Amino acid sequence: MRERLSGTLLPVGVLVGTLVVWELVWRVFDVPRFVVPLPSGILVETWHWRGYLLYHSWVTLYETLGGFALSIAVGTPIAVMLVYSATLKRALYPLLVVTQAIPKVAIAPVLLLLLGAGEGSKIVIAFLVAFFPIVVDTATGLAATPPELLDLSRSYRASAAKTFVKVRFPMALPFFFSGLKVAVTLAVIGAVVGEFVGSDKGLGYVIVSATSYWRSNLAFAAMLLLAAMAVGLFALVELCERLVCPWYTAGRERPEPAGE
Amino acid sequence: MIELERVSKVFRPRRGEPIRALEDVSLAVKDNEFVSLVGPSGCGKSTLLKLVAGLVPASSGTVRVRGQEVREPYPDAGFVFQSAVLLPWRTVLDNVLFSIEMLGRSARDHHERARALIELAGLGGFEQKYPAELSGGMQQRVAICRALVHDPSLLLMDEPFGALDALTREEMSLELLRIWDERRKTILFVTHSIPEAILLSDRVVVMTPRPGRLARVLDIELPRPRRVDMEFDERFKTYSEAIRSLITARPARAPR
Repeated sequence: MRERLSGTLLPVGVLVGTLVVWELVWRVFDVPRFVVPLPSGILVETWHWRGYLLYHSWVTLYETLGGFALSIAVGTPIAVMLVYSATLKRALYPLLVVTQAIPKVAIAPVLLLLLGAGEGSKIVIAFLVAFFPIVVDTATGLAATPPELLDLSRSYRASAAKTFVKVRFPMALPFFFSGLKVAVTLAVIGAVVGEFVGSDKGLGYVIVSATSYWRSNLAFAAMLLLAAMAVGLFALVELCERLVCPWYTAGRERPEPAGE
Repeated sequence: MIELERVSKVFRPRRGEPIRALEDVSLAVKDNEFVSLVGPSGCGKSTLLKLVAGLVPASSGTVRVRGQEVREPYPDAGFVFQSAVLLPWRTVLDNVLFSIEMLGRSARDHHERARALIELAGLGGFEQKYPAELSGGMQQRVAICRALVHDPSLLLMDEPFGALDALTREEMSLELLRIWDERRKTILFVTHSIPEAILLSDRVVVMTPRPGRLARVLDIELPRPRRVDMEFDERFKTYSEAIRSLITARPARAPR
């Protein structure tokens, strides 16, 4: 209990402390507010523009979740293919690495040309940024099945599909989830990159337009919401992990197994 | 029960020299016999188990189980490995029933049998626990139940107690004998431990490494039921020394 308390109180305390120091330093040294605003100013601005910010948050959230869902739907089967076929692995893996080597900011304008400036292009960019960790982590997890379990399944003459469903995939779930955790935060970045390049809605658009009018309060409010969104989505994935594979998360917390 | 006739196994890795894991191994194991395979690492003990299980094909020679030539895995064998490799998301009971499910049989029909085995293995009351809540020795007991639940006539054990501490190991050996007494099986048991092999077996097969060959097969004529204090028996010591000298003896032919 005491540990749990310090587990939440400590980071919250540090955050609040930082904001207080920020506010004080800015007031004492009179830093120009249009460059970096005061925390209190940001809060006031966020409240004032709440309807506007909410609408644009929804857009970014929609794009992020779309890209994230797409990256699960595409990344997981690719991971399975990589593990089950050595030929496919040789054929696909270099290409996958190449797609990751291309900076997404560089292909974003091209994608916008291809797909238009709507949400579709942002979803695709979010997907491109997010699917790779899902592929790599899931493939690692599937390949990490203990060989004894595979021998066991073979000795029972169980089909490959049955072995996948009953052994390999559940064994890989913790890896799959660590891929998802990375992917979901990357998806937020992907969506915002897309919005930066060209859009008329979304929090990325809010930041671009607010800064061009020197309204740094509003830009900071949007950044704050983006951070909150990323943290929230991360926590949501972690919650899913806890629900789907409690044996894994619980095992990390259990102190000592029972004796003989 | 098991007949190996001049069995050899050569692994040909994609790169590098072929590995001669087993050479010219002939061995016959009777029904309900407890036979141990002892030898240093790399003598092909585990390969021999996999050959008998049909998990790897022999390069030459024949493997027969119950008169049938082994060409593919068959469900009449149970496997226990060095690590328990239980499924962490399944309870003890469901881990034991894993064999039944993978064999495509009805888990419901085997509940009673699984529970009886769990009881026999001294795990009564732990049916609904998860592997993470059990000690290493208890996990290995679950693995033994899993290997027995479909009532195979052959039990293949690959250093099953190798990862346990010395005390638990001894306890588990006796436990295994007790279970074997109730549910007679033919057991092929791979181990590094000479005392363990003597304590458990009707016969001990001593192997030499690279390529793995049979050095000698010893009949262990200690009375059953076996007890730990038999270690101080003169015959026990004689067997132990004989096996040790066979293992540490320099190979007759110089390695390549």
